[in-house]
Amino acid sequence: MEVEAGDRMTANRVAALGVGMHPWGKWGKNFVSYGVVAARAALKDAGIAWSDVQFVAGGETVRNGYPGYVAGATFAQALGWSGARVATNYAACASGAQAIDSARARILAGLCDVALVVGSDTTPKGFLAPSGGERRTDADWLRFRLVGATNPTYFGLYARRRMELYGETETDWAQVKVKNAKHGLANPNARYRKEVSADEVLASAMVSDPLRLLQICTTSDGAAAVVLTSLEFAKRHGIADPVKVAAVSTVTPTYPQTAIEMPYLSTDSAASVAPPERLFRDAIAHAALEEAGIGPEDLSLAEVYDLSTALELDWYENIGLCKEGEAARLLHDGDTTLGGRVPVNPSGGLACFGEAVPAQAIAQVCEVTWQLRGQAEGRQVANAKVGLTINQGLFGHGSSVICVR
Amino acid sequence: MPEAPAPAVDGWFTTDAEPRLIGARCPACGTYAFPPEVFACPNPRCESEAELERTPLSPRGRIWSFVVNHYAAPPPALSPDPFEPYAVAAVELADERLVILGRVAEGVSFDGLKVGIEMAIVVEPIILGSLELVWKWKPVTA
Repeated sequence: MEVEAGDRMTANRVAALGVGMHPWGKWGKNFVSYGVVAARAALKDAGIAWSDVQFVAGGETVRNGYPGYVAGATFAQALGWSGARVATNYAACASGAQAIDSARARILAGLCDVALVVGSDTTPKGFLAPSGGERRTDADWLRFRLVGATNPTYFGLYARRRMELYGETETDWAQVKVKNAKHGLANPNARYRKEVSADEVLASAMVSDPLRLLQICTTSDGAAAVVLTSLEFAKRHGIADPVKVAAVSTVTPTYPQTAIEMPYLSTDSAASVAPPERLFRDAIAHAALEEAGIGPEDLSLAEVYDLSTALELDWYENIGLCKEGEAARLLHDGDTTLGGRVPVNPSGGLACFGEAVPAQAIAQVCEVTWQLRGQAEGRQVANAKVGLTINQGLFGHGSSVICVR
Repeated sequence: MPEAPAPAVDGWFTTDAEPRLIGARCPACGTYAFPPEVFACPNPRCESEAELERTPLSPRGRIWSFVVNHYAAPPPALSPDPFEPYAVAAVELADERLVILGRVAEGVSFDGLKVGIEMAIVVEPIILGSLELVWKWKPVTA
């Protein structure tokens, strides 16, 4: 049977019926406690009992021992064994999107109607570092040992490319922090709710030159959860017009990956194979937009992974909000500020949250859901219809979700 | 007898007077890889099952980008005590079309680092006093 492209796009949709979060911070508690709070909030938001959940997908954390490795089961046990099926997804910063993808796939396959996705983390102070032990065959271990290449090292490499190619300065990037700090002021789940001036950014300590402390996101504790259901279930449940997940992009790179990416010490070689039409970050966005059957001009808002302020500008170009090299102009023109053409990070982004790895991609979807329902108090994007989240996990994990109302 | 300095990883670089990074090259499609420990040709369209050949890579390339780190990286990174800022450069090898990360050699002035300048491989202890040797990038001065 022939399926029209339009039908296929609609057929791929599931409902984001409920969302919930545990506020971000440095609480120092067991990650399971945050996950339970977020899960219960999402279930309550959806009006669904825990015992009605048929499938639980957990975003794995590698910092909390065995319970973190089996996060799906850990949350299921904490909420009370109910016989639900479980899965745990690990894809570094993209773990949350992969958990959403596995829940969505199960619903679309007709294997279940109601799925709960939960990600939670407790993070140590300072730089994220590899797990312990001596592992000279592990690219993540080796980049620290041989080169001292922390995560901000890579962010700094990309930032300096923007300086070199487009003439941007740290003063340009500081405006990303100023914008996101303002956006997050009224967000009850944000860790930092304080205005920041460009002068404060430029006076903060240099970390990975050209990036200063306030141009780089911190690490945080936090949890986020979303209840996904089939559209039929949502209808039966009395929700005729739920926020719908229209696309999930979990693509990997296409050879040769010619941009240096964490945790690798080298790019792929372009000596005998030409670089792909789209580099990895472009491909992540393209796959999501294509699956949703929309273009970047259709977006009402975007939640992007501002691991650094300069990286937020990269994402504008990767999504296609502007051409390469024009992101700073888009920012300075106010297009990506609340009230502008396509607000980026109305939640306040990582600048206001800090990163809680397995929860962050789910948190992005929570924010988009609230925005599309008109419930983002104090940071609402007017008339929001289509929202995109985007992110990337190290070792080649794409992460982008498009929600529509 | 005190232990002699030795490469931090085996087979990634030579330690003679004119050191070179060692890559892998597919005898069928000609693509390169670094580090050389690849389990199959990384080119998805290459169906050759021939083992990749180890090959020395170009000793020079140009800076694609670089950073100067002002904070000590956490373990397993090695850091001098007291800490000194260190630079990391991503250097593009023209023939192999590879960009390879490395520390910038000891004693190089950060002010002289610029995108596009030519760099050459040297082999040094990871930090002064370390017995683990690693490749680093050093500006080529005329």
